[in-house]
Amino acid sequence: MAATANPGPGQPTVDLREPAGWRRTKNQFATIVMWAAFVITLIPLVLVLYTVIQKGASAISWQFLTGGPIPPNVLPLGVGGMGPAVIGTLEITGLAALMAIPLGVLGGVYLNEYGGTSWLAQLLAFLSDVMTGVPSIVMGLFIFTIWILHFGYSGVAGAFALACLMLPIVIRSTFEMLRLVPDSLRQGSYALGATKARVTVTVVLPAAIGGIVSGSLLAVARAAGETAPLLFTILTVEATNTNIFSGANTALSTQIFVNATSPYVGAESRAWGSALALIAMAFILIIIARVVTARFTRYTR
Amino acid sequence: MNTVAPADPAQSAGSAHPLAHRRPLGDRTFQILALVAGLLVLVILILIAVSTAQQSTSWFTTAGASGIFSIDWDPANNHFGAMSFVFGTVITSVIAIAIAVPVSVAIALLLTDVVSRRWSQPIVYVIDLLAVVPSVVWGLWGILVLVPWLQNSIYGHIGNVLNGVPVLGNLFGPPVSGAAFFTAGVILAIMITPIITSLSREVIATVPAIDKEGAYALGATRWEMIRGAVWPHSQGGVLGAVLIGLGRAMGETIAAALVIGSSATITSHLLAPGYSIPAVIANQFGEASGVFRSALIGMGLFLFAITIIVNLVARGIVERSARRMRGA
Repeated sequence: MAATANPGPGQPTVDLREPAGWRRTKNQFATIVMWAAFVITLIPLVLVLYTVIQKGASAISWQFLTGGPIPPNVLPLGVGGMGPAVIGTLEITGLAALMAIPLGVLGGVYLNEYGGTSWLAQLLAFLSDVMTGVPSIVMGLFIFTIWILHFGYSGVAGAFALACLMLPIVIRSTFEMLRLVPDSLRQGSYALGATKARVTVTVVLPAAIGGIVSGSLLAVARAAGETAPLLFTILTVEATNTNIFSGANTALSTQIFVNATSPYVGAESRAWGSALALIAMAFILIIIARVVTARFTRYTR
Repeated sequence: MNTVAPADPAQSAGSAHPLAHRRPLGDRTFQILALVAGLLVLVILILIAVSTAQQSTSWFTTAGASGIFSIDWDPANNHFGAMSFVFGTVITSVIAIAIAVPVSVAIALLLTDVVSRRWSQPIVYVIDLLAVVPSVVWGLWGILVLVPWLQNSIYGHIGNVLNGVPVLGNLFGPPVSGAAFFTAGVILAIMITPIITSLSREVIATVPAIDKEGAYALGATRWEMIRGAVWPHSQGGVLGAVLIGLGRAMGETIAAALVIGSSATITSHLLAPGYSIPAVIANQFGEASGVFRSALIGMGLFLFAITIIVNLVARGIVERSARRMRGA
C-alpha cells in the first residue's frame, strides 16, 4: 500500500484502488484454479473422442455397419460386420422410446396440470427425481426377475429396462417445461369453453413442445449407450434378430463390452468401430435436441 | 380441480343446465391416464424392491448374516460373502468424489461468477458432452488406453518412490497394477463431474445478486465475494449435489467392471486390482444360477436401497436449502 487517500485525524485509512498485494494474488490464483478445473475435465474428453475417432474410423465401413453376422473374436476385422448390433440398438432403443416418451409426457402432465400442489403429485415428483438416481444395472436385474425368468430373453425385455431408465427423465423434463407455460394460455382456452383434456393437448403441450422433444431426445441418447441393463435382458447373438418380441438379441453397447476384454486385434477394432457408431448416434440426437431447443422453445427459465 | 374446468359447449348444447352436467368421458379418461402414468414411477420403484428381494431370499437364508458379511467369495464352493465388493464400491466412490467435487465446484463457480453469460453456455455444452459419452466407451478407453499408460508410465514410478514410506507406501506402494481401485475411481470421477457441476451450478445461481453486490461494495475481491456471499448460501445445495454424484458413482457399472481389475480382495493398496458390487454383477451374472444368482441379485437390492437412501437425503437437502434461499 504505497499511496493512500489522506485521511483526516482519527479516521481509518481508506484505500479505494484495486485490491493489491496478497488479496489480489489470492483472487488471481482462485481464478486460475477455476479455469484449470475446466481444462482438466477437457483432457479426458478430448483424449477419448480422439482415440475413438482415430481407431474407430479405420474400422468403420458400410460393410462394418450393415454386414453380418458378427464373427467370433479371433477373426480379423474384414470378416462379417456389426449389422446385427446396429439393428438391435435401433430396435431396442426405438421401442423403449415408444414406451417411455408417451408415458413420461402423460406423467409430467399429471404432475403439473392435475396434481398441482397435492401431496400425491409432490410425492411423485420427488420420487421421479429419486428414480433418475437408480443405477442402470438395477433396472436390468429388475427386468430379469419380473420378465426374463417367466418369458425368456428378448429385445423387448431390453426395451423395458431402457424405458425404465428414460421414464423419470422424460417426466422431469416435461414437468419443468409445462411449469413455464403461462396460466393466461390455459385461462384463455377455458374461457372459450374447452375441456381440461383439450386445453392440455391442444394448447399447453404444443406451447411446451420444444422443451419436451429435446428433453426426450436427451433421454434417448443416454439410453442408446446403456450397457448394464441389456447384459442380462437381451444376451448377445451373432445373427440379426428382427423379431424384437422373442429370442435373444444384441446391441452395439453389449458388443463393445464383450469385445473390449478380448485379446484379439480384430475384436478390439470391432469394439472401437462400434464405439464410434454409438457416439455418433448419441451426438446426432444431442445436436437435433439443441436445434429443437433453439428453434421451437417458446418459454425459458 | 373442477373449478376451472367448465363444460364442453359442444356437448352441453342440449342440456337443461349447461354448467352442471358431468364432464365428458374423454376428459375424465385423459385425467385417469395421466394419473396412471404418474403412478407408474411409484409402482416401478415398489416392484424393483419386491421382485429383487424375492429373488435374493435364498442367499439370505442359506448364507445367513455371517455369510453375507464375510469376505469369502467363492462361488465354486457356495461361499457368497459380499464385503470385498462393498469395500471396493466405497473405496472407488470415495476416490471419485475426492477428485470430482473440487473440480466440479470450481467449474460451477467459473460458470456462475467468472465468465459472461455468452461464454458459459458453450462451456456447459462441453461439460455435458462428458455425460453423452456412454459408460461402455469410457470403459473401453479405460482398459485399452488409460490402464496400460498408467501402469507403465505412472503407477510404476509412484510405487518405486513410495515403497517403504509409512502410510503412503501402504496406499500407493508396490505391487501396482494398471487396472485398480484408483483407476476405477478416476474413470468414475470423470463420469460424475457433469452431474455435480450442473446441480451445483443451479444452486449457486440462486444466490441473490444483492448479496454479491453487497460484498463487492464492501471492497471484496471476487474470491472474497465467493467465500463470503456465495459459499455460505450454497453449501447445503452443493452437499446435496455431491451426494447425488456419490449415488451415481456407487451404481456405475460397465466402466468400473472394465477397469477395476476384477479381484475380490480387501486391501489398503489403492493401486491393486479390486472389485465393486455393480462390476461383479455385470461380470458374473451370465454364468450364475441358484444361490449364486440369488447373491448377485441380493447385492443389486443392496445397491438399490443405498442409492435410494442417498438420493432421498440429497434431494431433501437440496429442497430445504432452496426453500431457505427463497425465504431469505
